[in-house]
Amino acid sequence: MRLASAGLLAVAAALLASCATPQRDYQPDALAMMKRDFHARGIAGMDRLNQDSVQAACNTYKDEPPQGVAEKLQKEQLATIKWPADGKLLGDWKSGEKIAQNGRGMAWNDKGGVGGSCYNCHQVGPRESSFGTVGPSLYQFAKKRGYGADIQRYAYGKIYNAKAYSLCSQMPRFGHVGALTEQQMKDLTALLMDPASPVNQ
Amino acid sequence: MRHALVLGLFAATAAAPWPQAAAQTPDPTAAEFDKFREIMEQDNPAELFEVKGEELWKTPRGPKNASLEKCDLGLGPGVVKGAYAQMPRYFADVDRVMDAEARIVHCMITLQGFTYEELAKAPFSSLVRTPEPVSIVTYVAAQSRGMKLASPQNHPKERAAYETGKAIFHYRAGSFDFSCASCHGVDDKRIRTQPLPNFTKPDQAIRAVQGWPGYRMTGGVMHSLQWRLNDCYRQQRFPEPGYTSETLSALLTYVTVNANGHVYRGPGIKR
Amino acid sequence: MAEPMKIRATLQGDVADVRVLMAHPMETGQRKDASGKLVPMHFIQTITAQLNGKTVFSADVSQAISRNPVFAFKVKGAKAGDKLSVTWQDNKGEKRTDEVVIRAGS
Repeated sequence: MRLASAGLLAVAAALLASCATPQRDYQPDALAMMKRDFHARGIAGMDRLNQDSVQAACNTYKDEPPQGVAEKLQKEQLATIKWPADGKLLGDWKSGEKIAQNGRGMAWNDKGGVGGSCYNCHQVGPRESSFGTVGPSLYQFAKKRGYGADIQRYAYGKIYNAKAYSLCSQMPRFGHVGALTEQQMKDLTALLMDPASPVNQ
Repeated sequence: MRHALVLGLFAATAAAPWPQAAAQTPDPTAAEFDKFREIMEQDNPAELFEVKGEELWKTPRGPKNASLEKCDLGLGPGVVKGAYAQMPRYFADVDRVMDAEARIVHCMITLQGFTYEELAKAPFSSLVRTPEPVSIVTYVAAQSRGMKLASPQNHPKERAAYETGKAIFHYRAGSFDFSCASCHGVDDKRIRTQPLPNFTKPDQAIRAVQGWPGYRMTGGVMHSLQWRLNDCYRQQRFPEPGYTSETLSALLTYVTVNANGHVYRGPGIKR
Repeated sequence: MAEPMKIRATLQGDVADVRVLMAHPMETGQRKDASGKLVPMHFIQTITAQLNGKTVFSADVSQAISRNPVFAFKVKGAKAGDKLSVTWQDNKGEKRTDEVVIRAGS
């Protein structure tokens, strides 16, 4: 008797599960439709619709990749980071603030990279109240974590390629796609890490 | 500031209140924004475009010198009342799902003899020009004011549009690895000071539809959802989606069906 | 011919609550167009309202008013069925008059 009811429960559970989710994966349809309907404009070419390894993993696993997959791809992304040849990661925080405020760049009405759009998603300095909450607050970034070389490297690396640290993070890979120059990334690192930066007051 | 009303009391700044950090105490600033928005919604300049749109609907125009009064928006030729609230929907004559503006453009082509190329060339409003489909979709939308959204899911292609739209919504790509869900698939977030509704949830998906078409005070321009989706993809650093393409109809099917059952209050007003 | 106004006039007792939505670019003369040229001044200068032909409201306005402005005012001594007309004239000499019949308030 017990076996039969357990079996019925299992069948019921399976039926419920198949009702809750669509019969099939619609991603191929989505991709085909987008390839038909989009067109290149300005610097935004159709190649931007193609998934690289990171995007493919995050799309396949709905931003929750298995640990093994995440670790492998994060390692690969980390290996692509170009660290400054002079070994210096801190630039000028005053320039960094301007770069953080600027939300332009990389769109079809831009000529290339422009700014870092940091305030779109993050609180950064204490004086700017017009900040987003998509990402965590960066206020007192170094004050909270320490000013050492390892934290500097983490900050620079995260700005260059956030996916090297968290595969399906919503943060863009600014250095990786050429949205920011090396100097700009140094200036942003200084904004977060310089003891004199308003971020750390 | 240029945007002063004769009523005198309010400066035209952001219409959305700042979200509360933690406490639930009423925010006096938000209350003032709400009052301001209420007044603006009573005399929304969008109404000027509703009037213009109605005129365009009824006037013979184009190479065929015909009006749009035979246009079938899904409820039969010429039936405008309630049609917007039941879109996007499947149309057999084109064998695809269309949102309201896509359908209006289709009617302008087939009934009046305009070409897609000329209508798609500069389809979005500027300070000096409002394209005809924008005024017309504002008129059509206003005729569904006060009605519950009921985008149908009866035809297999309507259901496919929902699922494809959902997949498109979640597709991460572009220079910044963004999908629509990056901003609109999470609760209680904002970009700068603009709250980001989560369109995957019914109670918030209504905010994808409500307020559009919308009169944007910044620049004094009338914008429809075709503009909004285009501008989203620009900021997502994608290439450009085709004006009134199936991709956009599918996305609109996804968010509208999620919002079905909620009342549509008509064209809105934005910051 | 300039675009039509939208006039709403509802009665509360013997006071008509009038709201007028006007279509007008209201150019200050300080804005530059896409090519960098200054867009010339083009704004409403006077607004008048008549109740059954008698002027009940008159305003001199300037460039400070926004594009597609809303004007709201109250008129005492109005009755349902009265004709309310509103006229604006701009700095280029363009004029527009629209008229409504006052309805009883709900």
